[in-house]
Amino acid sequence: MFTTLISSLKRSACAAALAGIALASPASAADLNALIWCDHADPALLKPFEDANSIKVNVKEFEGTGAGFAIVDQSQPGDWDVMVIDSIDVPRGVAKGLFEPLPEDKLPLGDLYPEVTMDGSTKVDGKRYGITEKFGYNTIGFNKSKVDPADMQSMNSLLDAKYKGRIAIYDYYLPVIGMAALAIGKKTAELTEADLPAIKEVLLKMKANSKLVGEVTASQTALATGEVDILVGGGEWVTAGLAKENPALDFSVPKEGAILWSQSLAMFSASKNKDMALKFIQYVMSPEGQARLATSSCYWGMPASKKAALDDSQKKILRFDEQPDFLKRSQPYPAPNADLDKKMQDLWTEMLQTQ
Amino acid sequence: MLVTPALLWTLLFFVAPFVAMALLSLNFQSSDGLTISNYTQFFTNPSYYRAMINSLEVTGMVTVISVLLAYPFAWILAEQIPARLQRLALLLAILPFWTSYVVRSYSWLLVLAQQGVVNEALMRTGLFTEPLQLANTRTATIIGFVHFFVMLLTLTIFASLKQLNPSYRKAATDLGAGPIRTFIYIILPLTIPGVMVGAFLTFVLAIGDYITPQILGGNNELLMPQLIMMQIGRRGDFPLASALALILMAVVTIAYIACARWLKIERT
Repeated sequence: MFTTLISSLKRSACAAALAGIALASPASAADLNALIWCDHADPALLKPFEDANSIKVNVKEFEGTGAGFAIVDQSQPGDWDVMVIDSIDVPRGVAKGLFEPLPEDKLPLGDLYPEVTMDGSTKVDGKRYGITEKFGYNTIGFNKSKVDPADMQSMNSLLDAKYKGRIAIYDYYLPVIGMAALAIGKKTAELTEADLPAIKEVLLKMKANSKLVGEVTASQTALATGEVDILVGGGEWVTAGLAKENPALDFSVPKEGAILWSQSLAMFSASKNKDMALKFIQYVMSPEGQARLATSSCYWGMPASKKAALDDSQKKILRFDEQPDFLKRSQPYPAPNADLDKKMQDLWTEMLQTQ
Repeated sequence: MLVTPALLWTLLFFVAPFVAMALLSLNFQSSDGLTISNYTQFFTNPSYYRAMINSLEVTGMVTVISVLLAYPFAWILAEQIPARLQRLALLLAILPFWTSYVVRSYSWLLVLAQQGVVNEALMRTGLFTEPLQLANTRTATIIGFVHFFVMLLTLTIFASLKQLNPSYRKAATDLGAGPIRTFIYIILPLTIPGVMVGAFLTFVLAIGDYITPQILGGNNELLMPQLIMMQIGRRGDFPLASALALILMAVVTIAYIACARWLKIERT
């Protein structure tokens, strides 16, 4: 009797533990589990893929590579199949042993704008671990009914007293530090610690002219509601999605240039569903997938593929025809090593704390 | 035996995470061995310890303003509203709790914006020709916090007021004390423990809050929770984030000890 009771208790405990594990895991292995940015959560993007493959795509949104890796660290190997990641951070995932090499022959790499493939980051030791799916610019977003568009062709205008209190700064240190570097004539790929004092000077002047430093929603809201007229670090990702409601919102690539942001898709090496993960990546990179991702309800951005099936009005809003010129005048995100990255973040903290 | 479940609970959900965080803050995963460099960084970098000063200033102001507003409000609810309507009044008082904290913060942002309700009303009075800078300031953060915590404090102070034995007031009146003297010498001292508990809760919840300063403060200054989040976002610097969180926890513990000691002194 006692033995039966013990074995019954053991069975119950095992069942409870398994149930607990099942609940803690993001979903079953038959689904596709994706760690994503908010633009991938749009049903208009996911549903066609789900319907075509009779599969459920479970998504988990995150902001910031560090936060994304933290989710992975807290998960079981195999919990996740694909991840959206800043292209410059792909090597960090590779160094952690997270990503699987992607088969280049099964991906439409030839359709991509050559400037955004970013092989320096998306390939490690000759193997491709990430593919750029969407890009855009951290530059100057503005309301052209309130600001002289000619002024927005120079970063010096951001330091001009006439725009004091009318500027918001996008709260992400890498692109804005990159913009400050462009303002002093430095190349983002060549930044060193010695450049930081001059960059700091520009940042402090920008901060003195600004009303707020806000993350995506706050800075977008500030520009849309007229709280500010200019967004430093803004671009099509802020203005394009709001173009229908507020056509006065626009962006410029000033004479100093802009910072090119780019997001990639990567596949987890521990994925239990690699075939489906590859299918998902192929779908996102297809002309239809690219168009849906580019015009996602969360934020718009330029599709990495030149063949994206965008209609004329969408192309106009994204300024599709001007891309070759924009790309020529853009520089990539600063990609500092860990030490310089820390110093850049400390510089950003100092800027935020300066009154 | 009876305390075992509580003990296990505490060990599992407080002591174990606390020890893990403490070890993490000392870089125990690093091959260089344990180090206090994350703590040193906090105390030597002005931008970092400024965040703690900002947090204490904002939280202190929020606590004081919330108490000053909540006490009369609770007093009106307990003393001036007929007993049969008190439940309804309390329900109405806590209505703001029913909405999402994030939505409420964004709503305040719109209310305080240049073209928001407040500025529009001020401009219409003719006293101001230019809209005031209200949104994206420390003032906006304090307004957002106070709106929330006045409700919390009202509940704790209301409970204290309702627990007062009415015979104390009658005795004071019989002995010739007027309403003001009765309030100052009888009611206020007897309700202070309730006020202190509410104030402490306000302090603890406000000093650890990330949402309100992030949405309403416009990042024109950083508070401790924002500084902690910054370390995690892109860089995933959990050791530094853990050290900062433990320093914040130490401050809360000191506030608790001070509060507990004060209450003990009051009772003796």
